[in-house]
Amino acid sequence: MTINLQRAGLVGRSMPRVEDAALLIGRGRYIDDLPTRRDTAHMVVLRSPHAHAEIRSIDVSKALEVEGVHAVITGDDVAALTRSLTVGVKADVECWPIARDRVRYVGEPVALVVADTRYIAEDALDLIAVEYDMLPVVMDPEAALQEDAALLHPSLGSNCIAERSFRYGDPESAFAEAKHRFAIDVSYPRNSCTPIETYGVIAEYDPGEDAYDVTANFQGPFSIHAVVALALKVPGNRMRLRTPPDSGGSFGVKQGVFVYAILAAVAARVSGRPVKWIEDRLEHLMASVSATNRATRLEAAVEADGRITALRWDQIEDCGAHLRAPEPATLYRMHGNMTGAYAIANVAIRNRVVLTNKTPTGLNRGFGGPQIYYPLERLMHRIADELGIDRLEVIRRNLVPSDAFPYRTATGALLDSGDYAAALDTALANGNFDELIERRRQARAAGKLYGIGLAAAVEPSVSNMGYITTALTPEQRAKAGPKNGAQAVATISIDPLGAVTVKVASVPQGQGHRTVLAQVVAERLGIPFKAVRVNTELDTARDAWSIASGNYSSRFAAAVAGTARLAADRIRDRLAEIAAGQLNVEASQVDFLDGRIFDRLNPDNSISFNRVAATSHWAPGMLPEGTDHTIQETVFWTPEQLEAPTSKDGINSSLCHGFIFDFCGIEIDPATGAVRIDKYVTMHDCGRVLHPAMVEGQVRGAFAQAVGAALFEEYAYGQDGSFLSGTLADYLIPTVMEVPDPVILHYESPSPFTPLGAKGVGEGNCMSTPVCIANAIADATGAIDITLPLSPGRIGDLIFGEEKPSSQPQTRTPNKSSSGQRQLTGQGSATVSASRQTVWDMLLDPATLEAIIPGAHGVERVSATHFRADVTLGVGPVKGRYRAEIKLSDMVEPEAVTLSGSTQGALGFGNGVGRITLREADGKTIVGYSYEAGIGGKVASVGGRLLDGAARVVIGQFFQALARHAGGGTPHGGLLSRLKALLGGRS
Amino acid sequence: MPQLAADTKHRVAFHLNGRKVEVLAENRMLLSDLLRHELGATGTHVGCEHGVCGACTVQVDGAPVRACLILAAQIDGADVRTVEALTPTAQQLSPLQAAFREKHGLQCGFCTPGILMTLDALLTTRPDASEQEIREHLSGHLCRCTGYATIVAAALAAVEEIRKEQKYNA
Repeated sequence: MTINLQRAGLVGRSMPRVEDAALLIGRGRYIDDLPTRRDTAHMVVLRSPHAHAEIRSIDVSKALEVEGVHAVITGDDVAALTRSLTVGVKADVECWPIARDRVRYVGEPVALVVADTRYIAEDALDLIAVEYDMLPVVMDPEAALQEDAALLHPSLGSNCIAERSFRYGDPESAFAEAKHRFAIDVSYPRNSCTPIETYGVIAEYDPGEDAYDVTANFQGPFSIHAVVALALKVPGNRMRLRTPPDSGGSFGVKQGVFVYAILAAVAARVSGRPVKWIEDRLEHLMASVSATNRATRLEAAVEADGRITALRWDQIEDCGAHLRAPEPATLYRMHGNMTGAYAIANVAIRNRVVLTNKTPTGLNRGFGGPQIYYPLERLMHRIADELGIDRLEVIRRNLVPSDAFPYRTATGALLDSGDYAAALDTALANGNFDELIERRRQARAAGKLYGIGLAAAVEPSVSNMGYITTALTPEQRAKAGPKNGAQAVATISIDPLGAVTVKVASVPQGQGHRTVLAQVVAERLGIPFKAVRVNTELDTARDAWSIASGNYSSRFAAAVAGTARLAADRIRDRLAEIAAGQLNVEASQVDFLDGRIFDRLNPDNSISFNRVAATSHWAPGMLPEGTDHTIQETVFWTPEQLEAPTSKDGINSSLCHGFIFDFCGIEIDPATGAVRIDKYVTMHDCGRVLHPAMVEGQVRGAFAQAVGAALFEEYAYGQDGSFLSGTLADYLIPTVMEVPDPVILHYESPSPFTPLGAKGVGEGNCMSTPVCIANAIADATGAIDITLPLSPGRIGDLIFGEEKPSSQPQTRTPNKSSSGQRQLTGQGSATVSASRQTVWDMLLDPATLEAIIPGAHGVERVSATHFRADVTLGVGPVKGRYRAEIKLSDMVEPEAVTLSGSTQGALGFGNGVGRITLREADGKTIVGYSYEAGIGGKVASVGGRLLDGAARVVIGQFFQALARHAGGGTPHGGLLSRLKALLGGRS
Repeated sequence: MPQLAADTKHRVAFHLNGRKVEVLAENRMLLSDLLRHELGATGTHVGCEHGVCGACTVQVDGAPVRACLILAAQIDGADVRTVEALTPTAQQLSPLQAAFREKHGLQCGFCTPGILMTLDALLTTRPDASEQEIREHLSGHLCRCTGYATIVAAALAAVEEIRKEQKYNA
């Protein structure tokens, strides 16, 4: 018998996933599927409709009266039981998971309702009355820095919460001596990878032990566990955090659920029962987390041959309304990689982190990568064009040289392995780049708009837990103590029948970790794939874990699977020693295959794996002297290369660095501006591939999300801070029709720093693809300033130029008011068969107002010029109850009066001003009116497409009713009649 | 459809995966909530509750329907099928399910039940559906993990498998 040393070769094969059978038959166990205690109540969250406002009062009394409601909790109630969240930079600022005196973004939690069912809780939610005093908003990161910008956090004295400047090499001299200098300004938009499963939390509080038990579809990093425990004012061992067996995607986003873990924990404590919260889609889109938007100016010092000698970065990072953990990590995750795939010795960086009236940001696939590769790779494209050098050639001349690995970048990353030039050439050859050039030639000859884009990127993986401290000065770091490393953990247990179980602190959301771990461990222990069972649930009270635990920064293959291999090695060595005694051979002679342990020189001399594996349970006395048991082995592994930032701010921000080279051909429809991706080739060097199908799955998945980011997706805000993309019909995720299948190529340079030679691969295309597509658009259109997402409207601007003013301008166009809110204006008149004085008296009479205000339920006269009403209004299918305040001013009896009103309700808010003039004509009164109105809140997030028309109809209805109530006459405001006709009389 | 009072529960009787079910439901109860939280059939997932993502797709009288856009009261007397019904036996996957595993047509699996119900309805009426038809039917579903290519491949593999089975049976 000869032994095939290639073994079963489990690692590197596309095994069917062990996860799939349960998921395909509807037996997955996601957070909302888990059993709960019978007394579990449901929590819902009242959210701010305003981007920036003082909370004047919150009245929860009516909500508490609803049968089935157990508690209504406000920000102050939460604050009484918690402490402000830890902020990652030194700044005089509080950071609460729920608003207290002020709201700072649309969707910010304002109150919590706990009730028997979600339906009842939402009923009660509508009965909470909150009075707001609106404040000016800041929506743009550059505007946030201006002197006259509204302040989000007065204690900070500025909207800039952190600023640092860095200098590596001698950038000043390099710029002074360079033949050319080129610069690019980029506004990178906000988007999110939005998993299909939203956040969920189940929380309990045990008053006897003052301990919380929280299950959440949290993904890590578990450094956040410390943030949660500190916020809840309990030691970590009284904050048990568990994760469900399955999680419906995350892509970084589910890191942000920790805020709700705190809120649900408090709600459980206050209501005295377990509390469950499942986020809805509107909440997820407007208030979970998103990637940062960033304003960047990037300048390069360039030699005549296209070689870059220095880069100067000026980055303004918009982290939204609060700097929540782990921010400003998005800005620093790439800090070691600010030179991309290029050898550039001199770098200057200015980083500013600003706060605006938008949702706080957090982890998101690609994490900081898209924001730097977009300017860097757009600039490479520009440099080539400006110098008249082939674009590929400029990339080639700047790549890190093949013989330079491991290569230390100017800003401190240690690029572990690779041959970038060879990978690039392989991509061009195997991806048929020449054929693509020919396609472009033919397309252009046929009069089509066709462009080719290129992008090169280094994809970092396995984050250094110390990189975030680069945001602090060296002095602050010295004071706080060094932070570094990234502890990965794996446990292998063997039961009394010899069955093997693997546990890792990894928390997958669909990546197939259980399959790969079974491959790695089964191969190493020479047992069948199916003999290994893997558990990836995490329970901080029972499992081995550390702050780096969790699933982020593409760390699984490189760190976690590698650590499982190390644990398997240790168990194997001990099993070999135990078996050696039983086989009567040297341990070095012992081998493992097909469930048997045997003498390599005489395979017939063998014993079953299970028998040897069970020895530690049944006959511990048989273990050889000095050999430990094999019941359980836990390995913690942290790579030595992940050092703390140096005194000069050099930081090896990640352990592994994959290489990507992408190219694509796109065609633009010259009539509609729609983009078609004709061909996309993506070359990856992710080190050793453990499971080819999963690597391809990661590449395709990231690619699809990147196509969305490039062409469709943006978290859009109105100028008043309204969130405008609150449904999946507004926030456009690409479907099967928009995502082409990319050509995926590989070049394998195993990492010398990881146990299996693997590197991360999950995020690369989120970094490379948006700019590759943008470069292709630039090539097709000749445009230089290109802003994502490249919607047909934006492309239209590039190919047609600015839209010309209409030759028949409409009288009513949306205006911008001084507050920046989007305004609707209109005017009209109605003839009323009554005297001026009669009409005047009607406008001051509550009974008349009740009859003519659309949907009014009761008008209360607060004073002679102040009325209050409850009204029900519908916009499309979204019908809601609002509280209206109407004030009269500038009264000239009986000629003119100004009505200013505001409405406030669960679905949103509106405000408006109308001037009414009364003119007598032939015994009748001509009522003239003009108005200006604005609408925001939930109704603006989900009903934006219907809003303009609906607002006009409602305002028109008021005057129509006034005319009718006065005894005849019809309004003849041209717009209103047209609208009524348009809406088929439904108004 | 009769007028239903908001403050009382109404009797709803229907067939769920071949078994007769009778429940009392408020008139505002969504079918998705009824299935998941009243009947414990959690295989049907809820992703957006406004009919765009497709994760909650079930079959009502054979046609794919968003369970989040239909009220429980509306399925009185209907035949409802969910992902739990696709498996011929507890130990066996249907050709469509097996193709998803074989082609890696899922990652997190959250959107998968809805996609399976849509494809199952398509392949029941159009067992020889073309790639274009499959894409058109899949266009009503959002998947954030796979980039769709392996889902299309799985559907095409299932068509092939069904074709072989029919040939064998014929």
